[in-house]
Amino acid sequence: MSAPKNAMRTPLGKVRHHGAGKEGTGHFIATRATSVALALLLPWFIVTAALSLRTGYLGAIDFLTTPVNAVGVILLVAIGFYHMSLGMQEVVLDYIERPLSKALLLLLNAFVPLALGVGAVFAVLIVNFGV
Amino acid sequence: MAGATRPGSRPVSPHLTIWRWHITMLSSILHRLSGIALYGAAIGFAFWLMAAAAGPETFAKVQTVLNAWYGQAALYLIVAASAYHLANGIRHLVFDTGAGLEPADADTSAWFAVLFAIAAPIGLWALVTFGA
Ligand code: HEM
Repeated sequence: MSAPKNAMRTPLGKVRHHGAGKEGTGHFIATRATSVALALLLPWFIVTAALSLRTGYLGAIDFLTTPVNAVGVILLVAIGFYHMSLGMQEVVLDYIERPLSKALLLLLNAFVPLALGVGAVFAVLIVNFGV
Repeated sequence: MAGATRPGSRPVSPHLTIWRWHITMLSSILHRLSGIALYGAAIGFAFWLMAAAAGPETFAKVQTVLNAWYGQAALYLIVAASAYHLANGIRHLVFDTGAGLEPADADTSAWFAVLFAIAAPIGLWALVTFGA
């Protein structure tokens, strides 16, 4: 760096607040790993649902109580919600600069997919095992 | 920004007023748009599953929305967004290995992703309507 010799900042002071360290690689790998799983799960679900999901309540129950479909849908929800939360975190960090808005949106992006993901998985379990 | 340098020769981000239009611009922003659209679709999917667990009356309400023209249009667009995000996501994974980054190759694969997003919902609709 081109700082003069008598600069007041310590080397640590110069590198702090230049962005987050340590976590980026994990985020990158998690995005890629979930992408590979979703590249199989998403087309599987869309094609299977379009071809075998009959209309109406009973059609949906029929579909969701087939074990392969139940397992596939639970995997799709769990991995999909994780992936989209990782992805949206990146979008928020790219566009939102105001600290309060940024913190609120990041918090929302952490809670909403988790809550809805748990709700959706629980719904598949209720459909299969009753109340 | 202690210690940060900003030489004038730093690479310029692909800003719309600086670069001529090219297909890889579109493929990039469409990945983000389709990802955000799928975020919404996934929330809808969670509510669909919870409606199925809630029982026939609740499910019938969701079904009414899905069967209306706007519900059908939304499903069609969700399939298109899924097809695009899938094709371009695989393109991203290939890029991550270092392959396919030559401008000519990147252009070709970008066109493929866009055309796949147009063809996939039509193909699926045809399969459901006329096939199987
Ligand atoms: C369940 C369906 C999916 C949802 C809800 C979803 C959502 C998202 C979102 C919100 C983003 C952030 C967009 C951005 O940073 O520009 C994203 C990024 C990404 N998605 Fe997906 N996605 C889904 C399926 C897939 C599939 C099937 C693949 C792979 C083949 C994939 C590959 C990727 C990749 C590689 C990125 C990172 C792009 C980048 O680094 O700029 N996604 N996704």
